Amino acid sequence: MGNNGINYIHPEFEVVRDQDKCIACRVCERQCANEVHYMDEDGVMRADNSKCVNCHRCVSLCPTGALKIVKSDHTFRPNGNWTPQIITELYRQAGSGGVLLSSMGNPTNLPVYWDRLLLNASQVTNPSIDPLREPMETVTFLGKKPKEIVRDEEGNIVNNQTPQIRLNTPIMFSAMSYGSISYNAHASLARAATELGICYNTGEGGLHEDFYQYGPNTIVQVASGRFGVHKAYLEAGCAVEIKIGQGAKPGIGGHLPGAKIVGDISRTRMIPEGSDAISPAPHHDIYSIEDLRQLVYSLKEATEYNKPVIVKIAAVHNVAAIASGVARSGADIIAIDGFRGGTGAAPTRIRDNVGIPIELALASVDSRLREEGIRDNVSVVVGGSIRSAADVVKAIALGADACYIGTAACLAMGCHLCRSCQEGKCNWGIATQRPELVKRLNPNIGSQRLVNLVNAWTHEIKEIMGGMGINSIESLRGNRLMLRGVGLNQKELEILGIKYAGE
Amino acid sequence: MMIRPGAEMHFQTLNEAIRSTPDTDVMIENCLGQRYIGAGLSGKTIVINGTPGNALGAYLDGCTIHVHGNSQEATGDTMNEGTIYVHGNAGDATGYAMRGGKIFIEGNSGYRTGIHMKAFQEKVPVLVVGGITGSFLGEYQAGGYIIVLDLNHQSIEKNCNFVGTGMHGGKIFLRTEKLPPNLPKQILASQATKEDLKEIKPFIHEFCEAFGREEQEILDSSFYVLTPNSNNPYKQLYTRNQC
Repeated sequence: MGNNGINYIHPEFEVVRDQDKCIACRVCERQCANEVHYMDEDGVMRADNSKCVNCHRCVSLCPTGALKIVKSDHTFRPNGNWTPQIITELYRQAGSGGVLLSSMGNPTNLPVYWDRLLLNASQVTNPSIDPLREPMETVTFLGKKPKEIVRDEEGNIVNNQTPQIRLNTPIMFSAMSYGSISYNAHASLARAATELGICYNTGEGGLHEDFYQYGPNTIVQVASGRFGVHKAYLEAGCAVEIKIGQGAKPGIGGHLPGAKIVGDISRTRMIPEGSDAISPAPHHDIYSIEDLRQLVYSLKEATEYNKPVIVKIAAVHNVAAIASGVARSGADIIAIDGFRGGTGAAPTRIRDNVGIPIELALASVDSRLREEGIRDNVSVVVGGSIRSAADVVKAIALGADACYIGTAACLAMGCHLCRSCQEGKCNWGIATQRPELVKRLNPNIGSQRLVNLVNAWTHEIKEIMGGMGINSIESLRGNRLMLRGVGLNQKELEILGIKYAGE
Repeated sequence: MMIRPGAEMHFQTLNEAIRSTPDTDVMIENCLGQRYIGAGLSGKTIVINGTPGNALGAYLDGCTIHVHGNSQEATGDTMNEGTIYVHGNAGDATGYAMRGGKIFIEGNSGYRTGIHMKAFQEKVPVLVVGGITGSFLGEYQAGGYIIVLDLNHQSIEKNCNFVGTGMHGGKIFLRTEKLPPNLPKQILASQATKEDLKEIKPFIHEFCEAFGREEQEILDSSFYVLTPNSNNPYKQLYTRNQC
């Protein structure tokens, strides 16, 4: 590999084992798919630090608490420009000649605007509402809203509403394909969505036949590769999502490594086992809004106009103009994925450098659609990344109808954000297809933890709304007066359409 | 049922009529560009005289469609089952992401014909083009058969550029003496053997039946067969990053 026997990469983490506590039970060894732990000839447990991804599986399962993982303090000569990460990545490429492949969302230190937005609360006048005592409405309908009320000759209202998605709370699990994540992870998401009265999203890998039963709470995705797309699949879900872009890798397509194309995945996607699944960047039949309209309507025709169609785009520079086009394409819902959105595999340089923050994208899209008088043509769903109930509330106040959560849902299922999904060796049974790893995620527990998370967030959303004196999510939507900025410049405030704290 | 949509009829009206009729035989006379005819449909035979619009037979789930005329872009987009016969030419992206069924084009087909075709076990889509195609034939192909016959001697070598870009499964048969010069390096091309041709004989037969051609004459000519050169031709592109 061009390294001439020299190892240029020093392990990033060190496995620290308290040998006094270690009972050599070898749980760590059995649990680590990366094969970090082993027993030496003398019966002492050792670790190969170079293989550790810091996923905490061994730490969490060590019965005596003998393990911890620390960041190595081994250092390059400190350099503010040539950071250890950049040097190490350069070494990797000089050794392999390959494109750097990462996973999960952009981890860099760029601004998180959610953290610079502060929420309002009522004091003295317009008193706050106690959600424990008063009804609080979080039910959300996604879809095109009629422009006018139509009455028949007797004056009765004629229902002219197009199909909608009904959500008990404005949160959905974002698209993660069967393939990028495991059967048990999909089972957990599907069951949780059903119990919560929200939706999960198949991603672009098709739908396993076992999960058709969760159809009313399933959004089925259609991407450029059209994996697993057929009539029954389109009819199975409550909505169809056309994936144009993804926040983690705007402008490029999906790439499911061959290691994850096994058995059922191969069958659902209809591609050979072991071959990388390539879902190219563009839809090869879409070069314009008119072409997008064609795909929207072909899906509507195939589903007899019974399902809303979502178009998912990545937050990029001209997102407002693009969203304006999408809103005129016949789509019922626009999903926008910010530059911190997660992924099972994306080229590092794209993940970390392409796209814009969802907060700014959302604010400019909502403003643009309002200016053009077409905001009611579509609902707006945002993701990438929504980390807490506070982020949800801020997103809705900025103009979103609902939020997609992907990374947060993975964390609820046990993900430790080790960012090694592309390896297919997820020790938590989420981003893997190895049967012995998949079974570590119990869908009963996984779905319960997801239900707990969303219920907790919903309660927090109600608390925050109550504090503002708002009793319905409808009254929060686009209510930017509930937001103030801190640490933001004039331009940022202008784009976000909010005032500075104290104003 | 017979419909004469003319220019005024919106595709929604036409397609609703086709969907809702109890008749299994549908005849469309003087079709003038209506899109999505047969989208997701099964169990009908549709004969179209005229010009159907884009995405004819999209997500088709088991109909037979005859077009006496030319079809437009994305004929048989993501079709799952059934057969489409076009007694004329077809536009771009014919058979986009086909996952089953058959498409027979008597004349030429446009760019990106057979892009993203896939297959699994008994579901093996087949696309036969009597003439030639535009560039990027069989792009990202993951399964199934694409057969280009060039019966009118328009030269596959000179017209079909970049055949099989991104291909990782399936087979492409080109009836030609000479291969196009710009095949990607992940493609293996070889002169088709008797064994190879045996695989496609039934499809050639069906094509000849539909369009009145001489089967043996076609099979006796020089064919090349194109396949991906490994199980995972694009693997080496990436290097793992721990970040």
